[in-house]
Amino acid sequence: MTWLWANLGLVWQLTLDHVALSVPPIILGFLLALPLGWLANRHQPSRGVLLSIGGVLYAIPSLPLFVMMPLILGTKILDPINVVVALSIYALALMVRVASDALAAVDTDVIASSTAIGYSDWSRFWRVELPLAGPVLLAGLRVVSVSTVSLVSVGAIVGVDSVGFLFLNGFQRAFPEEILIGIIASVLIAFVFDVVLVLAGRVLMPWAPVLRSREHPRGLMTEKTVIGQ
Amino acid sequence: MIEFRSVTKQFPDGTTAVDNVSLVFPSRKTTVLVGSSGSGKTTMLRMINRMVDPTSGSIEIDGERVSTLDPVKLRRSIGYVMQNSGLLPHRTVVDNIATVPVLRGIKKKEARQRSLRLMDTVGLERALAERYPGQLSGGQQQRVGVARGLAADPNILLMDEPFGAVDPIVRAELQTELVRLQRELDKTIVFVTHDIDEAFLIGDQIVIFRPGGIVAQIGSPADILANPVDAFVASFVGVDRGKRSLHLEGTPETPVVVDSEGRVAGVLAAGSNPLLIAEAVPQPGAGAPAQGAAT
Repeated sequence: MTWLWANLGLVWQLTLDHVALSVPPIILGFLLALPLGWLANRHQPSRGVLLSIGGVLYAIPSLPLFVMMPLILGTKILDPINVVVALSIYALALMVRVASDALAAVDTDVIASSTAIGYSDWSRFWRVELPLAGPVLLAGLRVVSVSTVSLVSVGAIVGVDSVGFLFLNGFQRAFPEEILIGIIASVLIAFVFDVVLVLAGRVLMPWAPVLRSREHPRGLMTEKTVIGQ
Repeated sequence: MIEFRSVTKQFPDGTTAVDNVSLVFPSRKTTVLVGSSGSGKTTMLRMINRMVDPTSGSIEIDGERVSTLDPVKLRRSIGYVMQNSGLLPHRTVVDNIATVPVLRGIKKKEARQRSLRLMDTVGLERALAERYPGQLSGGQQQRVGVARGLAADPNILLMDEPFGAVDPIVRAELQTELVRLQRELDKTIVFVTHDIDEAFLIGDQIVIFRPGGIVAQIGSPADILANPVDAFVASFVGVDRGKRSLHLEGTPETPVVVDSEGRVAGVLAAGSNPLLIAEAVPQPGAGAPAQGAAT
C-alpha cells in the first residue's frame, strides 16, 4: 500500500490516459457500426460479407495490429493514435454484428405500422427502429466497453501509457503490489464505464423495462386470478 | 369515395394476391373486406395507402389516382389501425396518438391536447395518457390504436383486423363502440377481417373474397345472407350451417327462435308483427324455415 500512496500521482495520470484511450474507440466503433449494421440488415447479400470481415478483423491478435498500425497509417511508433485506431477496429468488428442483429430484431409489425401512418424511411429509422434496437445495442456496447478497456493495457507493450504500464513495470521488477494495483485500476475503469452505460440506457430508454416485463404479465395475471378464486 | 379499377397485384414470387378487382368504396360508409387468410384482403387495404403498389389497374381517391400522390403524404392523410403490435412501444399513449399530427408539423403541445380529447372520444381514461402501450390491456391498446388512426382527422380510416388479438368479450365491446363512433364521425372506413359475424355487425357493404384474391360477392349484409351467389359464399357466411338457418317454434303466444341444430337462438323482440308470428308458427314443434335474421 505504501507504494500506492507514494505513486498516487502516477496511478491517477495513467488512469486518465487509460480513459482517454478507451473512450474514442468505443464511440467510434459504435457510430461506424450503425450504418454498416443497417446496410447488413437491409441488403441481405452484404450481410454475410460484412459480418465475415468483422469476424476476421476481430481475430487479428492485438499486439501485431498495434505494431502494424504505423505502417498502415504512417504515424510514429509511439503515437497513441495507433492504439485508438486499432481498438476502434475491434469495437467496430464486434458492434457491426450487434447492430445488424439489433435492427433485425425490431418487431416487423411496428415497422409496418410506422410506415402505414406516414413515417418516411429516414425518420422511421431514427425515431422508431434505432430506439427500439436500443436495448440490444446497449448490451453489445457494454461488451465492447469492457473489451476495449482491457485491450488498452496491451498498448503499454508498444509504449503507449495506460494502467497496463503498472503490470508491465511490476512484472519486470517482480513487484506484485504494482501488478495488483494495475489490475484493480483496470477493473475499476471497466466497472465505472459499465455503470455509466447502464445509467445512460435508463435515461434514454425509460420504456425498456416495460418492454422486458411484458413477456410475463399474462402468466402473473393468471396466477393471481387463480389465487383470487 | 375510393375506386378500384381492374386492380391486380402479383408478388415477385408469382403468387396473385389480388386478381382483377373492380370495386367502389362509398364515402362515409363502412366497407368490410372479408375472406380467409391468403385471400388478398390485407393487400387490398395496403394498396389504398400505397404500402403496396398494384401490378396493373388503377386506384382513385375522390377521382385522384393514388399512384400520382407522394406515398408518405398520402399515408399521413389516411388513418390506419392494425393489431395491437402496431403501437410504438417506446412512446407513451398520448405521444402514440399524437404521432401523425406531429409528423404533419403540428406543435407537440397542441397535438398532445388534441390527443387527450381523442382519448375521451374512444373511451380511454386520461389517467392512462403517460403509460406505455405495454402497460395497457389488449382492449385499451386497441382503443389507443383507433384514437391514433383518428388523430389527424382523416376522411378515410383503414382497419386491418384491428380487433383480431383481443378476447371475445372485449372484441364485442370494441365492435359496438366502433359502430357508435362511426355514427358520430362519418368516416369512409375500410375494414379487413376474417370474421363474418364482425363483418355483418360493422359493414354497410360487405366484399367477400375467394382464395386467390377474387371477389366472390359484394352487397349489404342482408343481400348476401338472403341471396348468396354460390355455394362458396353460402358456406362462408354460414347459411348452410345451423347458426343462421333459423325457424320459429313454440306457440304463437310464446314463440322462440331455434336454429337447425335445435339450439334455442333467442326470442322475437317486442313489437314484432304478431300476425307474421302466427303464420310462422303453425303448430308447436314443427318450425317453418326463416333464413337470416329473425327480427
